[in-house]
Amino acid sequence: MTEFHNTDPAAFRGVWVFCEQRGGELNPTCFELLSEGRKLADDLGVELCGLLLGDGVAALAPTLGGYGADRVYVCQHPLLKDYTTDAYTKVVCGMVMERKPEIVLIGATNIGRDLGPRCAARLHTGLTADCTHLDVDVAKYQEFLKRTSTLDVDGMKWDLTDRGLKMTRPAFGGHLMATIICPRFRPQMSTVRPGVMQCAPFDQAKADACRVELCPVTLDERDQKTRVLEVVKQAKAAVDLIGAEVVVSVGYGISRDVKTGLALAQQLADALGGVVGASRACVDAGWIGADHQVGQTGKTVRPRLYIALGISGAIQHKAGMQDAACIVAVNQNPAAPIFEVADYGIPADLFQVLPLMIEATASSKG
Amino acid sequence: MKFIVCVKQVPDTSGKVAVKADGTMDRSSMAAITNPDDRNAVEAALTLKDQHPEARVVVISMGPPPAAGMLRELLAMGCDEAVLISGREFGGSDTFATSQIIAAAIAHLGLDEEDVIFCGRQAIDGDTAQVGPQIAEKLGLPQVTYAADIRKEGRTLTVRRMLEDGYMNIQVSTPCLITCIKELNTPRYMTVKGILECDQKPYRVLDYAALKDEPLIEPDTIGLKGSPTNVYKSFSPPVKGAGVLLEGSPKEAVAQLFAALEKQHMI
Repeated sequence: MTEFHNTDPAAFRGVWVFCEQRGGELNPTCFELLSEGRKLADDLGVELCGLLLGDGVAALAPTLGGYGADRVYVCQHPLLKDYTTDAYTKVVCGMVMERKPEIVLIGATNIGRDLGPRCAARLHTGLTADCTHLDVDVAKYQEFLKRTSTLDVDGMKWDLTDRGLKMTRPAFGGHLMATIICPRFRPQMSTVRPGVMQCAPFDQAKADACRVELCPVTLDERDQKTRVLEVVKQAKAAVDLIGAEVVVSVGYGISRDVKTGLALAQQLADALGGVVGASRACVDAGWIGADHQVGQTGKTVRPRLYIALGISGAIQHKAGMQDAACIVAVNQNPAAPIFEVADYGIPADLFQVLPLMIEATASSKG
Repeated sequence: MKFIVCVKQVPDTSGKVAVKADGTMDRSSMAAITNPDDRNAVEAALTLKDQHPEARVVVISMGPPPAAGMLRELLAMGCDEAVLISGREFGGSDTFATSQIIAAAIAHLGLDEEDVIFCGRQAIDGDTAQVGPQIAEKLGLPQVTYAADIRKEGRTLTVRRMLEDGYMNIQVSTPCLITCIKELNTPRYMTVKGILECDQKPYRVLDYAALKDEPLIEPDTIGLKGSPTNVYKSFSPPVKGAGVLLEGSPKEAVAQLFAALEKQHMI
């Protein structure tokens, strides 16, 4: 640690993405991060590198190249097979201290949110959690502000030579957006919310051109203070909320007849080739599993079509769905905040509207 | 044996929240509550105390003096002792500096070999989930995050750690730090006896003078100056232009909706 001077930004170069795998399968969030990291690396004129830890995972590296990585560092060891905080932190920090990237991006998954803060604390640098937008270029950041805020961008003073990472994230449950910087320490670290960054298409030529570097790993049992007894994948119908093109979500409005409400929502989702989402109220009431939850504490979705049924539209819910290309809201209360973000609103009883929608879907297809 | 619980008083962001003209939060528009996940952490400690009556539950918070009210409530729930870390020097701390100060306070209290530190998964004002793991790192302790089940036998804890697609069962030895999620338990209520007794329970404030000799406390590791991250800009989230409200009978509204969706190739 003594030779690691993290307060000298000039000594740090390159953008890194921690590429999470579980059981030898890459987490799709790392493709989103590589796509985003590619843009940052291009703006900075530096390399984009993937950092892949595991046991016998080198064969996954070219895939990471196909999503934008110029180079993949592969760290393999039997003790890296399953994620453990201590072993992963030791290896990630060792790599960072040795090779000095200026930016490290980590997916804000349950594993990334365990690893990120631990590494940032050890490296004595800043970490910004759950980012939804990243920029290095000031002009691009100004464009972003003009699109998404009411700030007087042209009236502000700007240092156009600034190449630091500007990390934007929601705070106070989505009531406020904050852009965070880490000016004095390197690397600049950020966890990025799954489902938010757009994934570039896979490019075979880039996959073939990607340089894979196997890095030596020194670990022994004493480096691990926790022991994984078992990893259990829960056998349940996977709800791919994040990847869904159409999401039909239910809210507390189904309380009058939960069973019918859920069944009708499922029917509409099936007819549209989509999946069923839910507001926190439904999950908290135990009507539907937490893996269906859309919102600040659930998942962020950006489907082509989002249909909100009986959802009032608390800001926490809106934070998870307002980027959908088209939003339809059905709610009995014409003053419900969900109508503020809806492209089309129907102020009526969902139990009357849903059967009509299912019928209309059938006839529009026929 | 001590169970130390780190808690935070947060603005209740579930209701209407006012943003001031300069883009900062109007904190007076929100009620102050105990962070929800932290209540699960308190319950986890109290549940373990029920099984190990010799243990003491120490609840610790960093914040301005009004956080004392929250700590009294937690004493009334059954915690044995409360510590408030409060001082001007600590203001403006980001997660790095905050964890530095809390870790220093825990070092000040002393950690024994059977002690466990509990935190909530994350606080609803920042939603970062960073302070818990960073306290563990700074104290050199193992951590288990996202705990949905905790069993303790002697110095060994077995924790069910939730993942998005399942869980891991993890074994860890004390002293260690655990972050708790709402699925772990249902927090108990204050009791009348607890309310009557809470003012007699040990309560103390640790200020800068009390902590300044701890090795973790340096001018460049705490407060605004010790925070690696800074706020560059803040602003209200974008408001989408209002859409079309389809009135008339449900049948007419649905017909109009589907005509519009088909036109936009949405279906």
